[in-house]
Amino acid sequence: MFGSDIAILLPEIVLAVFAMLGLLAAVYTSGDGKAPLLVWLSAGLLALIGLYIAFTGVGVEQAFGGMVVNDGFARFAKVVILLAAAAILLVGKDFLKRDGLLRFEYPMLIVLATVGMMVMVSAGDLMTLYMGLELQSLSLYVVASMRRDSVRSTEAGLKYFVLGALSSGLLLYGASLTYGFAGTTSFAGIIEAAEGGASLGLIFGLVFMFAGLAFKVSAVPFHMWTPDVYEGAPTPVTAFFATAPKMAGIGLLARLGHDAFGGVVGDWQQIVALLAVLSMFLGAIAAIGQTDIKRLMAYSSITHMGFALMGLAAGTEQGVSAMLIYMAIYVTMNIGAFAFIMSMEKDGRHVTNTSSLNGFASKEPTKALAIMVLMFSLAGVPPLLGFFGKYAVLFAAVDAGLMLVAILGVIASVIGAFYYLRIVYFMYFGEPREGIDGKMGALSYVGLVAAAAIMVFGVFNLFGVDSLAEAAAATLVR
Amino acid sequence: MGIADFTFYLFAVTTIVAGLLVVVSRSPVHSVLWLILAFLSSAGLFVLIGAEFVAMLLIIVYVGAVAVLFLFVVMMLDVDFAELKAEMSRYIPVAGLIGVVILMQLSMAYSEWQFSEGIDARLGNPAPAIDETHNTAALGALIYDQYFLLFQLAGLILLVAMIGAIVLTLRHRTDIKRQNVLAQMYRNPAKAMERKDVKPGQGL
Repeated sequence: MFGSDIAILLPEIVLAVFAMLGLLAAVYTSGDGKAPLLVWLSAGLLALIGLYIAFTGVGVEQAFGGMVVNDGFARFAKVVILLAAAAILLVGKDFLKRDGLLRFEYPMLIVLATVGMMVMVSAGDLMTLYMGLELQSLSLYVVASMRRDSVRSTEAGLKYFVLGALSSGLLLYGASLTYGFAGTTSFAGIIEAAEGGASLGLIFGLVFMFAGLAFKVSAVPFHMWTPDVYEGAPTPVTAFFATAPKMAGIGLLARLGHDAFGGVVGDWQQIVALLAVLSMFLGAIAAIGQTDIKRLMAYSSITHMGFALMGLAAGTEQGVSAMLIYMAIYVTMNIGAFAFIMSMEKDGRHVTNTSSLNGFASKEPTKALAIMVLMFSLAGVPPLLGFFGKYAVLFAAVDAGLMLVAILGVIASVIGAFYYLRIVYFMYFGEPREGIDGKMGALSYVGLVAAAAIMVFGVFNLFGVDSLAEAAAATLVR
Repeated sequence: MGIADFTFYLFAVTTIVAGLLVVVSRSPVHSVLWLILAFLSSAGLFVLIGAEFVAMLLIIVYVGAVAVLFLFVVMMLDVDFAELKAEMSRYIPVAGLIGVVILMQLSMAYSEWQFSEGIDARLGNPAPAIDETHNTAALGALIYDQYFLLFQLAGLILLVAMIGAIVLTLRHRTDIKRQNVLAQMYRNPAKAMERKDVKPGQGL
């Protein structure tokens, strides 16, 4: 019994043990001098485990009395999370090293945060859910304030911590109400308890829990922290925030909605639909006035979370599969975009102003082309891959009868296209006066070009990601 | 009213009054002392329901460690609490309004409260009855068996908290002199003094 439980949790255990050994080894040897090596090792291990999960494991397995569920949905989310974490570690290495921020704790904290996210997406119990969430959040608070000499970075960390603690409080209160109604914290028990319809108490619990989780995925109206934290945190950390934790948060929402509250889909559907519409519009409109590209990407991520939530709001298998595809595409686009943002420099200093992109195309045509592809894809312009993500989500919403939400989504998408296209405009038609240097490290360059290439070639062949997402959704929605 | 009831009300009222005084008392040191009283009387409540292990834990961990740490922090940090309170009192009308609204909504939820059907079967009884085993053993069996995974995850979370504290505060300063005992011990006159032949009119 115990041995099989351990076998199911093996990837998480290996990562946690690796993090502890890595910390010990770094402390007893040269410390920060070993950090680049540790980044390589961590990224390699994360990618390896991601591939291992992708190519092994079938069916639904439960460990520790149903506290952890390892099904197709969990595996899909874990692969996205692991590969994203590995990519961000590699892409951000040079940036951190140059700024003197590459301390050996950084890769270890990222690995521990990843363990937390893996626990989140495979939670089968309210308590496991909370433990995973806290493990992830606590690591993220620390890496957000890594640049401890900068007021902005420490403010970002503190802001994130205080609001994160508040959202955890909301989540726990909701969990306690749910427990009070159902008499159990296991998802299987909650779904059984809710068979006779939701009582007012359960709905209160559900609303509190969804509000707490909406904080974590920065859905409007719980998004206030996002722009400040994105702007203040070191750019590689911002890139990490925009990718893996978003997948984990959305995955957790889907898991909670279908595994625990699968019997009362109609009750949470309207909440998620409202969150989706508000996020899409606020993200699209508020980003227009932004001149800082990191803040712009923060609002962009809010919009994208709105679209992913629209897939969830459909409440169907098709919706969950569209949401998973959307998230996978979104994470890939963001890795590419942030690989470029990290390398934005002028005279050896980081710049994040959008106007510094003026005339970039005449200086670096290849990179400008890659960024143009990514921006078009983020905006959802056909025929790039980003369009198909939006298409799948909209289609699922229409099929589920959420016509109004889908129409509003299209409108928000058109509004949001403005600021992505403005970046392209700056690059191609701006005055090339005081632009950025345009030098990129090899790893960032690979990240940028690979993401752009996926946006183009993914249109022809998704390498089975779509069928995997469908299979994953089928294990979640019953 | 038996002695048990009397003790319960004594402890319960003390806890609530002490909790209130933590928030309203002017001096932060007094707040911490009231907090200790609140902890102690809640420990008494735990003893009354037969959870003596949790009660002792509360006293050892919260009173012994946490509250004393608070006291140190309060005394060592020079924070003007009166000013903070003045700042806070500006928001009290809005906060009070929101609090009242939430209270009304929650009382609606609780007045209509229904348990799910078959809750008793799901609730079960995770620990053996009090008269069968003492609750240290019962807790141990739960934590290290049923909730083993959660216990380990909680350990990881504490590890992250520790790493975080170190990452954000530890500074290896190079511009200060540290004592090196071995270097001091192996120092002898031959190493400590050096003779130089100074040429006239040149200096060192």
